[in-house]
Amino acid sequence: MNKPKQLLVSAIQHGTVIDHVEAGMATKLLGVLNLSNHKKIVTLGLNLPSQYMGLKDLIKIEDKELTKKEANKIAIFSPQASINIIKDYEITKKFDVTLPDNIQSLIICPNQKCITNNENMESDFKVYNLNKQVKLQCKYCEKIFLQSEINNYHA
Amino acid sequence: MTVNLTGRDIISIPELSREEILAVLKNARSLKKEPQPKLLENYVMGSCFYEPSTRTRLSFETAMQRLGGRVVGFADPAITSTKKGETLYDSTRIIGQYVDVIAMRHPLDGSARRASEATDKPILNGGDGSNQHPTQTLLDLFTIDECQKKIDGLDIALVGDLKYGRTTHSLAQALTHFNAHLYFVAPDSLQMPEYICEELKNKNIKFSVHEKIEDVINKVDILYMTRIQGERFADQLEYQKIKNIFVLNSQMLESVRPNLKVLHPLPRVGEITPDVDTTKYAYYFEQAENGLYVRQALLAMVLGKLK
Repeated sequence: MNKPKQLLVSAIQHGTVIDHVEAGMATKLLGVLNLSNHKKIVTLGLNLPSQYMGLKDLIKIEDKELTKKEANKIAIFSPQASINIIKDYEITKKFDVTLPDNIQSLIICPNQKCITNNENMESDFKVYNLNKQVKLQCKYCEKIFLQSEINNYHA
Repeated sequence: MTVNLTGRDIISIPELSREEILAVLKNARSLKKEPQPKLLENYVMGSCFYEPSTRTRLSFETAMQRLGGRVVGFADPAITSTKKGETLYDSTRIIGQYVDVIAMRHPLDGSARRASEATDKPILNGGDGSNQHPTQTLLDLFTIDECQKKIDGLDIALVGDLKYGRTTHSLAQALTHFNAHLYFVAPDSLQMPEYICEELKNKNIKFSVHEKIEDVINKVDILYMTRIQGERFADQLEYQKIKNIFVLNSQMLESVRPNLKVLHPLPRVGEITPDVDTTKYAYYFEQAENGLYVRQALLAMVLGKLK
């Protein structure tokens, strides 16, 4: 007999489910997507069992349809994430996140001696995906960082 | 392929192709042989040094003047509006309205790139923090070519602080165009950063890592010495122990290749003892002189006076 299917995180009526988030990254994504200022329900699932990933995180956002541009911000921190757009409890659109070639104004360069941390200006990073490892190179100081080294960003 | 650097910013070595590097060296060679005192007549260079520099600033300024151009600028930011809080962007935008080309040095990484966004006038990066110093690398290549009559396929050892030294990073990157065999000689804590090693691997450049000059000195054509800075070490005892391992003296040169040349970006502190100066292997003072011709070539090329 099949085990009855049970949702570990409650379903949403309208909004976005960000699935297959690398375990440990969901809290970072809350900041990247500025979800602490979202006035509707945001549900977080951390370290959920996943057939493909072992463990995964998951974010459900009520009453917000994530744009492609926002989804691509997620790609830097969790390139395997998938986006499900929900209407009336049904998935109406599903897409994977895509790593952008460049990402502007989001990341704060971890190099304190970088000019971007010392003048009022936007940051600009080139994104590389080498052997499934995301690396980011600052256009200005030219230093290369792993995604795990990026701790500060503009929401 | 025709090389045209007119209007180009010279900010970072990886942006220059092999052909462009060779064109700069060719022009530097001809300017060394045959000075052109009127080539940049009526042009003005802004010399913007936000941080102290002796060789780089003086060689940029004399390079411009020996080509007939004029120089305005500052060597101390304390006398400029930077002291009042003006941004680099604003300062550069305004200076760019007065001059034809800007040579600059600044303590922050990425400052030269930022400055280039503020003006259409070419920016020549004379060092931006710990990031790049492309004119140093070009004069290093010019010197290697001059003393070895080629750059391709040489065995080159880089010695000293390879972790923080911007000159060794840029030189290693530039040498990827010339199929060099590189030997990195440094204490473990100051070895070449992983990202540079990865770049070399991707470009199939042979390199190896060593802890003593003696391990490589007899098998290289160029020994490129740099200074190990005491302030990089948390443990000063460790520094005292390590610093004497990376000192070159004339006895160590007994069995080297006859064509070996010792280079150093200078200033040296104690890493090359004075008895090396009088050997046929010392070439660091000629190297410093060559900065003049390479900077002349760059000025003339970005101003469209040489191709």
